[in-house]
Formats: sequence, C-alpha cells, structure tokens
Amino acid sequence: MVSEELLTQHNLTESEYQKIVDILKRQPTLTELGIFSVMWSEHCSYKSSRVHLRRLPTRGPAVLQGPGENAGIIDIGDGLAVAFKIESHNHPSFIEPFQGAATGVGGILRDIFTMGARPIAAMNSLRFGPLHKQQNKRILEGVVGGIAFYGNCFGVPTVGGEIYFADCYSQNPLVNAFALGIFEKDKIFYGRAHGVGNPVIYVGAKTGRDGIHGATMASAGFGEDAGAKRPNVQIGDPFMEKLLLEACLEAMQKGLIVGIQDMGAAGLTCSSCEMGARAGTGVELELDDVPQRESEMTAYEIMPNKKKEKEVFDVFHKWGLDVVTVGRVTDDGLLRVRQHGKVVAEIPNGALADDAPLYQRPLLPPKSIISSRLEHYSFLDGCEPAMIESFLSANPDCSRLLKLAVSSPNLACRQWVWEQYDHMVQSNTMVGPGSDAAVVRVKGTKKALAMTLDGPAYRVARHPREGAKLAVAESCRNIVCAGGRPIAATNCLNFGNPEHPEVMWQFSEVVDGMSEACNFFGTPITGGNVSFYNETFGDDIYPTPVLGMVGLIEDLSLVTRSAFQDSGDSIVFVETVNRLVGRIDLEDERAIQNFISSAIRDRLVKSAHDISEGGLAVALAECCYSNFQRGAIGAEVRVPSHLELVKDLFGEFATGVLLSTIHAAELCRRAEQVGLKSYDLGKVGGNRLILNYEGERAVDIAMDELESAWRQGLPKLLS
Amino acid sequence: MKFGVVIFPGSNCEHDCYYVVESVIGQPVEFIWHQDTSVKGFDAVILPGGFAYGDYLRTGALAKFSPVMKAIGDFAKQGGLVFGICNGFQILAEAGLLPGALLRNVGLKYVCKFLHLRTETTDTPYSNILKKNQLLRIPVGHGDGNYFADPETLKRIEDNGQVVFRYATASGEITPEANPNGSLHNIAGIVNEQRNVLGMMPHPDRSSESLLGSADGKLIFESMVNALVRAG
Repeated sequence: MVSEELLTQHNLTESEYQKIVDILKRQPTLTELGIFSVMWSEHCSYKSSRVHLRRLPTRGPAVLQGPGENAGIIDIGDGLAVAFKIESHNHPSFIEPFQGAATGVGGILRDIFTMGARPIAAMNSLRFGPLHKQQNKRILEGVVGGIAFYGNCFGVPTVGGEIYFADCYSQNPLVNAFALGIFEKDKIFYGRAHGVGNPVIYVGAKTGRDGIHGATMASAGFGEDAGAKRPNVQIGDPFMEKLLLEACLEAMQKGLIVGIQDMGAAGLTCSSCEMGARAGTGVELELDDVPQRESEMTAYEIMPNKKKEKEVFDVFHKWGLDVVTVGRVTDDGLLRVRQHGKVVAEIPNGALADDAPLYQRPLLPPKSIISSRLEHYSFLDGCEPAMIESFLSANPDCSRLLKLAVSSPNLACRQWVWEQYDHMVQSNTMVGPGSDAAVVRVKGTKKALAMTLDGPAYRVARHPREGAKLAVAESCRNIVCAGGRPIAATNCLNFGNPEHPEVMWQFSEVVDGMSEACNFFGTPITGGNVSFYNETFGDDIYPTPVLGMVGLIEDLSLVTRSAFQDSGDSIVFVETVNRLVGRIDLEDERAIQNFISSAIRDRLVKSAHDISEGGLAVALAECCYSNFQRGAIGAEVRVPSHLELVKDLFGEFATGVLLSTIHAAELCRRAEQVGLKSYDLGKVGGNRLILNYEGERAVDIAMDELESAWRQGLPKLLS
Repeated sequence: MKFGVVIFPGSNCEHDCYYVVESVIGQPVEFIWHQDTSVKGFDAVILPGGFAYGDYLRTGALAKFSPVMKAIGDFAKQGGLVFGICNGFQILAEAGLLPGALLRNVGLKYVCKFLHLRTETTDTPYSNILKKNQLLRIPVGHGDGNYFADPETLKRIEDNGQVVFRYATASGEITPEANPNGSLHNIAGIVNEQRNVLGMMPHPDRSSESLLGSADGKLIFESMVNALVRAG
C-alpha cells in the first residue's frame, strides 16, 4: 500500500487507488501512479462532469465531429469544414499571467491544427477581479500581454472576445481561449493510433520540468501556496508552434500521417493512450528516446509532461524541428513504457482513458444567492462601491449617468486590450473586435464566418438555468445581427469546487439550461472544456459558462455591423412584448431573431446591435461610437413616453435590438406582423447624442465627450 | 512579370501577400524558400510580415543570415524590386539594404490599428501612381516599428527624398498624435538611394480590398506593376 501522502501529492483518493490496483491486478509502480494521476485528474477525465455533459445536444445536420476529438467540426459547404473549440487556462494564468495565458492560446491552436485545419481566428473570454485592486491590474496586463505575444507571433488574428470584472475573480481570473480553423472536409485528421507497427514519433520542443503536472494543478483549488506552483506553468514558444503548424499541415497534405494528437495538459502519456484507446490498439514507448531538457530527469517526470506533436522526419527537419521515434503502435491494447531496458509501466489503454472514475456528486441548491440589488444594472458589478452608490442614488441626470456607465469597467472601450492583438493577419477580418460578433471572410468563396463569445456570469450566478439559456440566446442573436445563421457552439464551463454540492447544482442547472436552449435553436455543442476548482480560500467563483457560437454568413454582402453607418438613417428599436431582465423567453427570442435575419436578407438594415449590459441608452451610445472605420457619429432619438427614464434607459432588458435603416416604416410593419413591438426612435447624425423624453432633453451630450469617457475608461483604471 | 514572396521560418503574412498579388492585382506569383540561393526569374521580391525566427533576438537579426538574403542583396544591386513589409522592413534594415533601424515602439506595446499615411514622393516604383500628399488608409501591426537613424543618415534620406510614407492625421498633418510608435520624422516607409528597395511598417497586404476596410494598399502593388511594365 502506498502512503497517504503520496496519494495526496497525486490528487488521488483511496478508492481511486483501489480501482487502479483492481485494473492492474497489482500495485502500481511510481510511474504508473503518475500516469493515472494525470489521466484521472478532473481536467483530463471529466470525472465529476461527464454524467451531466451527456445531456447536451451534440448532433446536427452540419456537425461532422462532436465532442471526443481535439475539436468539434462543422460543414460549411463548398467542400469546406471548420474546426473550433474553447478551452480554459485559468489556474496557470493566476500563477503566472503572461505565460499562463500565452500557453493557453498555444494549447487551443494545437487542438485545431492537429486535426488538419489551419487556424484562421482566435478569441478570448477573460474575467478579472476589480481594477481598483492593484493585483488585478497586474494580472490583466500579464494575461493580455501573453495572449498578444503568442497569437501575434503565431500569426492568427485575435478577432474578438469579452472581458468582465467581478470580485469573485480576484484570486481566480478566468482565461478562456477560443480558436477556429478551416480545411477541406475530406482532409480531416483524427487522434487515432492506427496500424500495428507504425512508429510513434515525437516532435517539438524538448520536454522539460516547466510543464510537468499542469493537469493535476488545473484540478485543485488555490490556497496560500499558489506562488510556489509557478514552475508548473509551461513557457510558451509561439515560434516553435508556428513551425509545428506549417510542418504538420505539410506532412498531412502529403499524406504522411495516420493519426495525430495534441499533447495537451498531460503530455506524452495522455496523448499516447488516448490515441490507442480510440483506435483499439496499444502503444509502446521507449522513454530513453524522449528528448529531455535536463538529463537528470527521471522517467516519472517525463511521463505526464505537456508536450507537442510528432511527425515525419523530412518535413519536420525542413522546418528545423527536432523529431525522434519514441515508440510504436502494438496490437495488445496496452500502454507500455520502457526505460533503461525495463518496463516501468504497463496499463490497459482502455482502462486509462475510458474506465476513469465517474462521480455522481451530490447536488444542493444554495441557501443564498447573490443579492438582487444589481438585477437591472449588472454592468455595475465589479465597480468601486462609491461608483455603484453614485449610480444608484436617485440622480435623474441621465447625461451624467450615461457618461458614468460607458466609462465603467464592464462597459468601457476595450481598445487598449485589442490594439495589442494582431486582429488583421491573414487578411480575412471584415469585422474585428468591438462589434457584437467578429466576421472573417472565407477566401475562395463568397461566404463569411461569424463568431462570438458570451458568458453572462452575473446572470448565471443569479439564476443558473435561465442565465445559461440567456447565454445561448444572446450569442445566437449576436450572430444573427452580424448577418449570419448560428450553426454550432463550443462551451467552456468554469465552476468552483465540484465537491461543494452547491457548485454541482449550479453545474447541473447550467447544463440543463444550455441543453434546452441549444436544442431549441438547433445549435449543438460540438466540444469544449470543463474547468472546476475555480476557488480560492474556499470561495467559489460565479458559475461562469462561456459559450463560443459560430455562424455562417451565406454572402459577403450580408455582413452587418453593430455601429451606425450613415447620417440621416432612421433608428428603429424592436423588442418583444414581454420585457424581461436577465432571462429570455425562447419563443420570443426566435421571433426577434427571425425578424432580424429576414430584414438583413432583404437588405432593409444598415446596422444591427442587440441590447445587453447597460440597456437601451448604452446600446445607443455604442452604435454611435463603435464605428472604428469612420469615427463616431451622433444621433437624436425620442424615448417612447411609456418608458421610465432611468430604469428603462439603463435597465438590462435583454429582449430588444437597435437597427438603423432607410426603410423604417417597412421594418416597423414587418415587426408588428410577427407580434413584435417597434419604435421609429429618430435619426443618425450630428455630433451629439440626444435623447428626448416628454418634451425634455433627458440626455444631451457631445459625442467627443461621451466617446472620450468610453475610450479613456479602461486606460484610466489601469494607470 | 513574376512576383516572389519569401518564406522565412516564422513569416506569417506570406499568404496575405501572395493572395494580393495573385487574386487582387492578378499577377503571377511564387513562394521563395529562405534557403534558396537564387531569385532568378523573379521581377519583384516581397519580404512579408511575421516574426522570422520568432524575433526572439533582435527583429531580423537572424533572418539576414538566411541564404536567400545574399541572392536578394545581389538582386537589389542589379535594380530588382525588393519590397519589405513590417518584419520584411526590419530584415532589410538589419541586412543593410535600407538605412536606419526599427526600435521597440515607444509605448512598449504591440499596436494593431488602421491609420493614415501621407505620400511624400511619387518618384519610386512603389508610389508612381499616387499623388504627392495623397493619404492612404493602411493598418499597422507591430511591436518594433520605431524608425531610427543617426542625424546624418536621417538628413541624407530626407534630402534625397527617400522617405516615401509618413504617419499622418486623417487630414494629412504630421503630428506626434499620428505617430503610433515614435518613429523619427513620423517615418513609415523609406526607399534606398537607388529607389528600388522599399521598406514600410504598415501593411498594404491587409488593405487591398474594400471589404477589409480599405483598398488603398492596392495602389502600392499597382505602382509596382506599373513600374515593371514601363521597364519592359
């Protein structure tokens, strides 16, 4: 029997240890214990989440590959397919923000190109603690710097994303990285070790100590020793990965590769046994042949290391990469590891990958949920308390409130962030950061892809099931507003400690809400990632599901932006009859999305922007100043008199959309036909934003002033 | 007429340049591998943007040792068109084919955005269809684009009219606010004394189609075609 201490070090429970002994019919060697530790970690095995994830819809007419491979794949016509996925790198990013975020981007890009797809777009969803705390600034700057460092060098445009601030992320920031790649649909590669006798080849950077046990680290909460885990964070090498990309794609094009597997958090072990398990084969590895950075490293240390890909010699040498044969595919279904002529591990592949423990953890609705105080104004979450008071105090000066809102951390312009990301490389970016959805054209076709990330954590914390439905609905609406049709999604489920029954209840509710909405909208989840143990000192984060929605725009001429385009255009506000905050009615949502879609298809719309955080007033301001191509433009509108000033201007009724058009009457007629309410609010133009209400100017502010408040919001908080 | 686009390990705009030449201006184009020792048969060679050798050392410091750089040096001496964009400009400066150097941006951060360039001279193979003072809307994307030269060199390139583009405001003024990286004299692009080698930090390859936000970059590529046609 091994010591309790050894099991704790490996994050294994006693019953898990017993299961290992049952599988092996003997005690594990230290190497084997290390392998099981990684493969059965929460991060690799999904042992707490699998029973729930089964409820998510994963199939659909366009889905070529659902969960279980490196990334999901959808068919976009013209013989082309798109692979995409989102993944978390939360824990490493807290320990070492720059490298943690950088390698998070690296990991998700590898998931895409190991399937044979060239990554053409990246996005990221970030959560930080409030910026009035010094440490959070440092984390944000590090994370943004790391994403820029990696993505820019690799040469993938970072076309969009989202950032929110709230207290619960102070000790546990979230870094979720999304990537999307494109390829011909008959050239998809899978992570399968086919062909007994085929060599297993190892390519890339030499394995070193810096990435060992990343997977086990991602499966435990943080206490005071977080800093001591810094060596567990891998050091990113985007140049190496760019060479790997080019070499892999070249080797695949030349038909030299049978199966390929990203060596993610668990490195060589994980990838070898996953490839064997999927193909029903065995894999034999010769550890002495694995390149090492430090010669005194033991076999045990090498096994669960983060690592890169393996491929065929000539191509890799051409690209200046190290490549060695480290093993071969066998027919006995075993993962066998040799070192110094001895077998140091021999484990049935199937047991490692498929017989991982499965937990039906207890669920319990929490006794209390976060206060409803910010129910109408969730954007205030994460603001300094003084600012929240200032906003909520019954001050009717809406100009002042608007300026305050647009400069607040959750609504301020993100340009400071995305200017550091190359969002144009590959020359496909039609709509970049700062719009509802990003749009990249597909060269060689007349199509474009729209994509968006959405994670309304405050809403999910208030009501997990409704919040999850809202996330699906809003991300679909963002795609629709860009002129697209939502096709499929990937999700990153960031939660607290699954051993807390309240957290598992949140998780289960979110899965149910997401399932219901995804089924309703016909947008299956083709893959993703679960990140548990997002807690520090026992405090769990908000349940934070982040949805990455991908849609297809059939014709480039349908691409629609959220910003107002031309002076003199009419501004039309369309909403559902039921005005809801923090949740949506699925049928109503379908009605409004269908309405927007057909209006765009019939060329009635010049811009479309959905109303979200900050409500109608902030949405209007965003339409005015988010035109980065032409600069800001003003507007004058009349607020319908049945609305209440502060509550209806800033309240987050998530059921409306702002359109600009030269066909206002036609749009309103169509809206009414399908049971939606519509208002011709006024006109685009001038250099002020003016909101008239009952004969008075409720808001009257120079665009320069408003835009500057919005643009300076984030830099001011960071300075 | 044949264009070549060089691929260094770590180049990442080679496909963008290739696409513009082939699909936007409709000219024959081929890739050139960095280990090739000849550029025979090409009329113009483009060094694309990216991070050659990861830029882990000084930008361009390793790429200048690639075998193809000797061939490109000879090609330039014989009057061939050599066009370095972004990282390509950094490599040309490092290789001594253009004067000056590209330092870290004054803001110390990578900066990616659309901005305006003012055309300073039309007397180059890269600007011959432009008008003097014509404004071009072209994006930058770099961390090391801060053009520097010693006072003597700076005076010489100014006196010779080697400065082709300067960062300008939307109304064409040369101001510190219009300068994204701290470049001396707002310099965005220069040619060598013979005027056949151009280096510029902004990306005409990302702004040659209006659906990407601007088609102004195309004018530079079309100038090259124009020059090559005239040269017969």
